[in-house]
Amino acid sequence: MTGLFAQHATIARVLALFIALCVFSGSAICAPAGAAPGLLRVSDAWVRATVEGQTGSGAFMQLRSREDARLVGASSPVAEKVEIHEMRLVNDLMTMRRVESLPLPADTTVALDHGYHIMLIGLKRQLLVGQSVTITLQLLDARGAKHAVDIVAPVRALNTPSVRSSPSHE
Amino acid sequence: MSERSSVQRAVAATLALATVLLATLMLISGPPTRWFGLSHPGVFHGRDVSREDWGGPFTLSDMSNQARSLSDFRGKVVLLSFGYTHCPDVCPTTLAKFAEVRRLLGTDGDRVQALFVTVDPVRDTAELLRNYVPSFDPSFIGLRGTEEQTDAVTRAFHANYQISNYRGNITVEHTASTFVIDTNGKTRIVTPYDQSARELADDVIALLRTG
Repeated sequence: MTGLFAQHATIARVLALFIALCVFSGSAICAPAGAAPGLLRVSDAWVRATVEGQTGSGAFMQLRSREDARLVGASSPVAEKVEIHEMRLVNDLMTMRRVESLPLPADTTVALDHGYHIMLIGLKRQLLVGQSVTITLQLLDARGAKHAVDIVAPVRALNTPSVRSSPSHE
Repeated sequence: MSERSSVQRAVAATLALATVLLATLMLISGPPTRWFGLSHPGVFHGRDVSREDWGGPFTLSDMSNQARSLSDFRGKVVLLSFGYTHCPDVCPTTLAKFAEVRRLLGTDGDRVQALFVTVDPVRDTAELLRNYVPSFDPSFIGLRGTEEQTDAVTRAFHANYQISNYRGNITVEHTASTFVIDTNGKTRIVTPYDQSARELADDVIALLRTG
């Protein structure tokens, strides 16, 4: 019994370490087996924290696909609906709308940090700094095959600028 | 003849050198309007609308459902922006910028009042604004109005907003600019979204100096 418990504890520790690695690396190596390992590299994924009563938030990340693919959808256990949104700023008028899909050309980093982002709609709970959110990205490759890639994105403060390299100190 | 042309050449060379020097100087220190410092009236990073009819008095409800008028903030420079709490990017970035402006101003930061006017008063209840707006800075105030009031205030600031709900897809658009209102309630500057906190702070300092 003790042996079994110890074994479980070890497995739990290994799992915890793995999850921690995933969170810190923000990488799609964490994608479950069979979900096109290595097709998509996700870096710098994060979700904006919410205040009580807020039912939507944005997720931001950098995507790099090994081959031509398209991001066609997403889902998350924390939200009723997850959409790909495009934000445009024309003459200082911000427009935000849903897009059906986002092309991911091979070996090209596509930033979902300003013009595009993942929108979490109908949040089931408040997102607090220090927590993390699992988001499943749905991809369609050039052959029409579907792939699901899970990412674990840490929750960052509400006032975090979406573009990290923005010149905040000049 | 040849003497005269050598003089002409010398003049041309001097002019060319002077042009290059001036161009270099402008590259290094910005356009001539910036050389005289910010105390010079009419020199703002943002668009100067001092001579135009922007904004004007308004009354909206605050986060405790109390009526607030622009005149309540006389003596302070007001930073006003339109937005909505479900805004994933532009609005939190703008409010974070306002908080940074207050920090950059040090003790003068208390002479700045940030106002966030929601264009989505249906979803943005007083309670939600109370949770959201002060989380960027405790002094910040969220304001909301009826549809008519929201229309009137956005129109006064030549701002646009539209919320459409097509097959359950809510699309929101709104003006992302910041309106800088002087200590007497006159809208003086329209600051584009992509201007930095430092530039906005400089403009606020200029208004605090000149009134």
